[in-house]
Amino acid sequence: MAKIKSLEELKQLREQFKSKVDLREKGDKMEKMIQIRVAMATCGIAAGARDVMNALVDEVSAQKLDNVVISQTGCMGYCYAEPTVEVTIPGKEPVVFGEVDKEKVKEIIEKYVKNGELLDGIIPVTHKTVDE
Amino acid sequence: MSKYKMHVLVCGGTGCLSSNSSQIVDNIKKYLKENGMENDVQVLKTGCFGFCEKGPIVKILPDNTFYVQVKPEDAEIIVKEHLVKGRKVERLLYKEPLTNKSIEDSKHMDFYKKQMRVALRNCGFIDPDNIDEYIARDGYQALGKALTEMTPETVIEEVKKSGLRGRGGGGFPTGLKWEFAHKNKADQKYVVCNADEGDPGAFMDRSILEGDPHSVVEAMAICGYAIGANKGLVYIRAEYPLAIQRLRNAIKSAREYGLLGKDILGTGFDFDIEIKYGAGAFVCGEETALIHSMEGGRGEPTTKPPFPAESGFWGKPTNVNNVETFANIPVILLKGADWFSSIGTEKSKGTKVFALAGKINNVGLIEVPMGTTLREVIFDIGGGIKNGKKFKAVQTGGPSGGCLTEKDLDTPIDFDNLLAKGSMMGSGGMIVMDEDDCMPSVAKFYLEFTEDESCGKCTPCRVGTKRLSEILTKITEGKGTMEDLQTLKTLSQTIKDTALCGLGQTAPNPVLSTIETFWDEYVAHVKEHRCPAGQCTALLQYKILEEKCIGCTACSRVCPVGAISGKVKSTHVIDQDKCIKCGACYDKCKFSAIVRQ
Ligand SMILES: Cc1cc2nc3c(=O)[nH]c(=O)nc-3n(C[C@H](O)[C@H](O)[C@H](O)COP(=O)(O)O)c2cc1C
Ligand code: SF4
Ligand code: SF4
Ligand code: SF4
Ligand code: FES
Repeated sequence: MAKIKSLEELKQLREQFKSKVDLREKGDKMEKMIQIRVAMATCGIAAGARDVMNALVDEVSAQKLDNVVISQTGCMGYCYAEPTVEVTIPGKEPVVFGEVDKEKVKEIIEKYVKNGELLDGIIPVTHKTVDE
Repeated sequence: MSKYKMHVLVCGGTGCLSSNSSQIVDNIKKYLKENGMENDVQVLKTGCFGFCEKGPIVKILPDNTFYVQVKPEDAEIIVKEHLVKGRKVERLLYKEPLTNKSIEDSKHMDFYKKQMRVALRNCGFIDPDNIDEYIARDGYQALGKALTEMTPETVIEEVKKSGLRGRGGGGFPTGLKWEFAHKNKADQKYVVCNADEGDPGAFMDRSILEGDPHSVVEAMAICGYAIGANKGLVYIRAEYPLAIQRLRNAIKSAREYGLLGKDILGTGFDFDIEIKYGAGAFVCGEETALIHSMEGGRGEPTTKPPFPAESGFWGKPTNVNNVETFANIPVILLKGADWFSSIGTEKSKGTKVFALAGKINNVGLIEVPMGTTLREVIFDIGGGIKNGKKFKAVQTGGPSGGCLTEKDLDTPIDFDNLLAKGSMMGSGGMIVMDEDDCMPSVAKFYLEFTEDESCGKCTPCRVGTKRLSEILTKITEGKGTMEDLQTLKTLSQTIKDTALCGLGQTAPNPVLSTIETFWDEYVAHVKEHRCPAGQCTALLQYKILEEKCIGCTACSRVCPVGAISGKVKSTHVIDQDKCIKCGACYDKCKFSAIVRQ
């Protein structure tokens, strides 16, 4: 391990390591976070949910959106529209997007997550997810 | 860039490890791998969550799920249901004892709601064996700030301004202590961390060292800079193997990063830390005894002055602070003295960690702002008294402290208030007693402890604690006299006035405080040979109620010593001289004809 030679270097290191714990820090203020959930049951995974999940994580970290938490959930019941992604902005009803791919991920982040603008591909919500 | 979407924090504190939490970690990893998720979920072992009573604890983030009493075989369902499908495992969730409602988010647990974590900020949050996680949480930034932006004097000024007082028991202002050591000029000075923690039932310091060892390492270096010392020593009892291991590992990785050693952060400041092992004697926590023990001498206290700040380890100026005191230092420098002093009461700033034990629902480790009331600690955080029994008293300050009762419950906890109530803060042990606890027996328990732990150097303590515990034994056996009660008081006062060190000076406190508050209970033992709490077996009496006994003979047949006589279908009687108070007849009688008094 290389020695840290200055406070500057220590600060850089802290920035580099932040990602190790920021997910945990987000947990402390979950109600203020925008939550994105990807349905990762068999149907979702078969339809490419894992790629969608990774694309979301990449996008969110590339843009340093530190008010967003991504997690996975079970089947949301929209198997016909997989992969599905549910976005909950604090104080608003959850919105579910169907047939999400990498392009759509960008659009969801850009429009809905960052600016609260609605876009195509929203599935009417018929029920609440299991852990609510 | 880590791609982890979820973190699974498994408690790696001493309590949970002893119920096999390591196996939980291994199993979760195994099932994650089977499900191809080992790169999606990070599993790590943290320090104590404070909720040891319900351990092992597994916390899942970011959704704040708090699983209790998890067994290694539960790993499968946690992975398959929660981590794969996002469904919480209902049966493992913590349930609020009163409502029996499952708590989905640990922030909503009564146990955590009134807590404020400063000294324990990283316990149960980071992997204590990974310095990178400590750095991610602003670790060593305070040291960097002190070394580059502050002079030793401004560091001391900041600590003074924060109002931080020693958490080892005495409550001496930390900044002032540093200033003494700073002003004493010498070619060599030392920083000592007191991790002896001998108070029965206390495990605050152990948990900090196990859960966040770097906070202490960093603070010791800051102290070294402030007082002009380049050598630190941690005195820790050898009975704390896990804390020792985590501390060693922390020192090693700090050295590898150049955060200990020569020329720290290129500032020219040198500092290193050595660990010294104690044999676990209570008196070795007293600072002069501790220093003698570190020098290889007998762990016996010597008179002060000279204080360690003038003449300590090898006769050099030495600053001794407690583990928890140190753990507060980095936050004070980073967030500022004003922030710290905004927490707490007028003369006691910041928070205090307590180890809750005894007849309380949530046994565990808590941290609250100074000024929180005993009622909040015992009933809100602690969840009240076990089995719906009645609260009787709480002992604070361990063997040096006293008992507080119902009338003191709304007292805001701080150094001065507890002293004014005849107890003390001590290091933070808090033992809760219910209606079944007999107060002379409680005093006896503590006196037996101090009698054992007295180093024997001075007569008032060596002989005095022995006499006190003998008299208490007599009383609990119903052989005490009213004169004995008077002797307890005068002898206690004499010991307090004449003992050499804090151990002897405070040893009589549990006697004095229980006599004062529970005088009637002492008198009942002496005059009526009766133990109102029903705890002193020697004083129990089993009696058969004439009007209820139908003469079934069941009791006389179970009595092992033939103490019960009586004809079939007529009232039986117990011969009190023969009875050995085993309780067998009491359990046997189907007609509630036998009473215990
Ligand atoms: C009998 C006795 C036992 C003590 N045990 C401890 C102990 O286990 N840990 C501790 O930090 N201080 C203990 N102290 C207090 C120390 O002497 C010393 O005051 C303290 O370590 C100073 O640190 P602080 O100012 O940060 O509290 C004990 C004192 C006495 C008289
Ligand atoms: S008071 Fe007790 S422990 Fe302290 S020096 Fe005297 S004999 Fe030893
Ligand atoms: S068991 Fe009860 S009822 Fe029967 S003889 Fe004994 S005291 Fe009387
Ligand atoms: S308490 Fe035990 S010894 Fe005493 S009378 Fe009952 S059975 Fe016999
Ligand atoms: S040791 Fe696990 S919660 Fe305390």
